[in-house]
Amino acid sequence: MKPETLLSVRNLSIDFRLRTHVLHAVRDVSFDLNRGKTLALVGESGSGKSVTARALMRIIDKPGRMTDGQILLDGPNGQVDVATFAEGSREVLAMRGGRIGLIFQEPMSSLSPVHTIESQIVEAVRLHRRVSKKEARARCIELLRQVEIPEPELMARRYPFEFSGGMRQRAMIAMALACDPEVLIADEPTTALDVTTQAEILDLIKRLQDERGMAMLLITHDMGIVAEVADEVAVMRFGKIVERGPVDDIFHASQHPYTRQLLDATVKLEGAAAVRALPTSLSPSVEPLLSLRNLTKIYGAPSRLFSRTSGRGLVAVDDASLDLYPGENLGIVGESGSGKTTLGRMILRIVEPTSGTIAYHPQTDADPIDVTALGKTDLRRYHQDVRLIFQDPFASLNPRMTVKQIIGDPLVISGNMSGKAVEARVAELLSKVGLDPLVMERYPHAFSGGQRQRIGIARALALNPKVIVADEATSALDVSIRSQILDLLIDIQKQLQLSFIFISHDISVVRYFCDRVAVMHRGKIVEVGDAAIICTRPSQPYTKRLISSVPNPDPRNKRMLHRLRADQA
Amino acid sequence: MLAYVAKRVLYMIPTLFGMSLIAFMIIQLPPGDYLTSLLSTMADGGQNLDEATIARLRAQYGLDQPVYVQYFVWISGILTRGDFGYSFEWNQPVSTLIWDRMGSTLLISLASLLLVWAISLPIGIYSAVKRHSFGDHAFTLLGFIGLAVPNFIMALTLMYASYRFLGQSVGGIFSPDFVDAPWSLAKLTDLLSHMWIPVIVIAMSGTAAMIRILRANLSDELSKPYVITARAKGLPERKVILKYPVRIALNPFVSSIGWVLPDLVSGVTITAIVLNLPTAGPLLLRALVGQDMYLAGSFILLMGVLTLVGMLISDILLAVLDPRIRFN
Repeated sequence: MKPETLLSVRNLSIDFRLRTHVLHAVRDVSFDLNRGKTLALVGESGSGKSVTARALMRIIDKPGRMTDGQILLDGPNGQVDVATFAEGSREVLAMRGGRIGLIFQEPMSSLSPVHTIESQIVEAVRLHRRVSKKEARARCIELLRQVEIPEPELMARRYPFEFSGGMRQRAMIAMALACDPEVLIADEPTTALDVTTQAEILDLIKRLQDERGMAMLLITHDMGIVAEVADEVAVMRFGKIVERGPVDDIFHASQHPYTRQLLDATVKLEGAAAVRALPTSLSPSVEPLLSLRNLTKIYGAPSRLFSRTSGRGLVAVDDASLDLYPGENLGIVGESGSGKTTLGRMILRIVEPTSGTIAYHPQTDADPIDVTALGKTDLRRYHQDVRLIFQDPFASLNPRMTVKQIIGDPLVISGNMSGKAVEARVAELLSKVGLDPLVMERYPHAFSGGQRQRIGIARALALNPKVIVADEATSALDVSIRSQILDLLIDIQKQLQLSFIFISHDISVVRYFCDRVAVMHRGKIVEVGDAAIICTRPSQPYTKRLISSVPNPDPRNKRMLHRLRADQA
Repeated sequence: MLAYVAKRVLYMIPTLFGMSLIAFMIIQLPPGDYLTSLLSTMADGGQNLDEATIARLRAQYGLDQPVYVQYFVWISGILTRGDFGYSFEWNQPVSTLIWDRMGSTLLISLASLLLVWAISLPIGIYSAVKRHSFGDHAFTLLGFIGLAVPNFIMALTLMYASYRFLGQSVGGIFSPDFVDAPWSLAKLTDLLSHMWIPVIVIAMSGTAAMIRILRANLSDELSKPYVITARAKGLPERKVILKYPVRIALNPFVSSIGWVLPDLVSGVTITAIVLNLPTAGPLLLRALVGQDMYLAGSFILLMGVLTLVGMLISDILLAVLDPRIRFN
């Protein structure tokens, strides 16, 4: 009988020697991984959880250094301490991939774009097994079959960019499992995926784990996933494990205030925001502020000279009709590729619709404006009323502009403000989004993700807009920050009489924030209705499937594993 | 892939047409023509021609025709007979003048391109992997010196060194004895012993720039997730770096084929004059000054063609190297 504990970490500490000071990224961390069991390492970004996980494979980015601790891996000849192996030694290389496998977040960039899937997996196999190329190829196809990639012989010869995000993550899993590792480290394996794909991937990992009896270290910030798949939980903050225990204890009898804070932030998003006032405008007597009628966008229509794809091109949005009422929060949910972002961009005419109309009705006593027919100057005026908040708080702010320039830019471009007036307005906007006006001389790199998103919001508010299109505005943020930002948006909305079009793949965020929800699937709007009803009692099969795939943050009530699959719905 | 190449070749046709037009226009832009500059040279020498002779000469050279007729005569000659016109100044057909120069230009470009690659690839990789190390800083310093020193100064220094310490005849790409000699092993050795100076001089700034580009690109690639994936497989570090990030950071190397030719013509003319190289640059300069329009126009046109071909080659190589380009 093998001992149950396969890998135990004792007092692991990792320091980063920075130019000005030493950052203690991981401090005195201890935990055990047991055969066939899953330990979830939970924490917000920057808590040191990924560094810890990679240290188990001795992959530490410069200038990081392991200063203390043991990583005891149980083997055929008793325990070995991975921490004592020399850098780049044969033992380390044999352990990487051979005994410990790694999958991680970015399915788009974690595979080399210029090598085929097959060549990357075959390489992994042949690093640890003395087999011929042919045998390795057979093994590769077998692995791809195990991770449920259809037509594995054909798909093996493709490049990663020909795969969808979910398929890439499957290929990545196949590669990590190529040499039957005993420990699998899954670092945010589904964060970048849609809820339905996430549920499928988690299912797959769970099944492979059970078949192989692997120990798994699952790193995530999503308490819902923890509740669905973990056996044990370790909560990490500022490089330390603050609480550790069986999953049920953590969720129902947590000791540490930080654990409770994380859970509260998650559970809070399970219902609608308490502070939301019901909009007065949902009565049929009020004219909609924006009306979209039969909007369609077809990409790559067959007009190009050398286009090989003769045919209709890609239909991104298909005949979408929606109304947005004053003071309302309208959510648009759907998987990636469902056309929700394209729809949002067409509202702003950043993307020109192929057909259909957009009517904008800013004043009740005036005629509505046909947005699709606006010329350049009128469109600019329209853009002062309808503004956009982006997803990525890191890429959407120009790193070479100060906060004042970033927020003041729309004011300057609109041409009716300069000098002191801009400065006063920027200060006002900054305090409105909960930042100190004194920060306006700083550059974006000085701010955290949540603070940057606040800056982005302030920029959107600069011209007193009537409508804000928020495209995945909270997706890149940690859970606790996410609810703060949503509360901020609700607060601003109450003050300024704004309407929001809130595009997201995250059902819980939409349920928290929105009054009405439109569900998109393959370019079509399949269902529109009251947010509470859509999220609890959906009527369309696709919506049912989507809602049932959302992980439930309660280990006693695992929703995802009983979800509706595509073939059942 | 074949369709891609065919498409690129087809796109070259309108570009070439536009280029020939612009080349011809540029030559016509300065006031006057070849005769005006000839007359002023003669006037300086105290000679004068009467009006009738000038008019006769102008008609003889075709300079009294409207510009579009002149263009048509020139371009139809090239297309139908490979006849690039007649150089007024040299009293020779342009084509006989041009091919020699083009050959040596190509030879020197290719040699310096290879040298650029051979030096900058290993140094660039080293600098990116060992960023902020002593070696990296040393190469950075050398690189900036390479960028900052004017080419002709470097050329003069090397010429002096080669004459003073190696006792070689300097300037040109052959010793006087071999210029008109038929090809032989001795002539080849002579060529190589002359070539190294221009090749080093011309490659110097390119190498420095390429090291910087490769270092920057590779530094970005080194922190990409797929590098961690490769490490997590258990691949040794050296192989991790050479097989994955370097492969992707190579793109600018291939692209450099496209810009090395125009650079050689326009950028290093001074060096070519200093070193007395029989390349296109000095001849083009002289043709432009003397308003020797057919010679200058043909040079500009051919340089354009070579640049386009270089671009085509680099695009095809890029497509071979990077499947993402191939599939779009």
